[in-house]
Amino acid sequence: MVEHEIEPLNLDALKKGDAAELRKMVELFSDSIYRVALRMLNNSSDAEDVLQETFIKALRALPGFEGRSSLSTWLYRIAVNEALMVLRKQKPQVAITEESFVDGEEEDLYPAHTIVDWCCLPEDVFMDNETRKVLNQKIQTLPENLRTVFILRDIEGLSIKDTSEALTISETNVKTRLLRARLKLREELSGYFGEYIREKDNERE
Amino acid sequence: MKENNQHCKELIESISDYVDGDLDPELCLELEKHLHECENCRVVVNTLKKTIDIYRDTRNSEKLPQSSKDRLYARLKLNNYLK
Repeated sequence: MVEHEIEPLNLDALKKGDAAELRKMVELFSDSIYRVALRMLNNSSDAEDVLQETFIKALRALPGFEGRSSLSTWLYRIAVNEALMVLRKQKPQVAITEESFVDGEEEDLYPAHTIVDWCCLPEDVFMDNETRKVLNQKIQTLPENLRTVFILRDIEGLSIKDTSEALTISETNVKTRLLRARLKLREELSGYFGEYIREKDNERE
Repeated sequence: MKENNQHCKELIESISDYVDGDLDPELCLELEKHLHECENCRVVVNTLKKTIDIYRDTRNSEKLPQSSKDRLYARLKLNNYLK
């Protein structure tokens, strides 16, 4: 019995292939896995493929699951790897390293930050479909290895520790990548909402 | 952050830990003192928090479509088992 398993699932039953318990597991995690895949790939059909592959692999590997990480972390890890494989297939011409943030690289964190206070825009602006589309597009501008950290930590709400286990990188690297990802997205959104505010101001004149 | 002074730099380096509440209390006090004096850094902190918040909010409205769920269960051969 694995003690630190907090999910309300019976791991022994899962490992024995108990269909009702497997179904419970899929029910519990399918939304999250789908969302991670969708944010990684920004395409619902690809995300559905990743979702299916993730659970097929998980069901196959479950009997050997040792419980060193939690079941959810383990599933996230499979899903992220599946999504990365899809991305590799989509653009094999791009070397992975060219796209990646290099941990420990001294990068200028202080370019001119855009200073627009867009926090006070009405809440419905943040919820509307146009903004949602922009949010999804902006996340695609992050290098893959920053995107995965941001999705797991800030969208799915995993802890730093769980994110590091899901991605098999150190907690320090999670933190560094998270900082880069957040600053970059803040910058992107400041550009977008800054423009939005200017347009609204012009309309009023 | 036009001046790009030392405090602004320190703030940017620690901003992630700061918004997560993971900052060493002493450094936190120092940064808050700076934030009190620096309008630009306040904007950066607030918009960074907001950026995280609005992305986090997208989580609640995004669920797996039922048709995709049905196909998933069929593929896993789990569609005949009741919840």
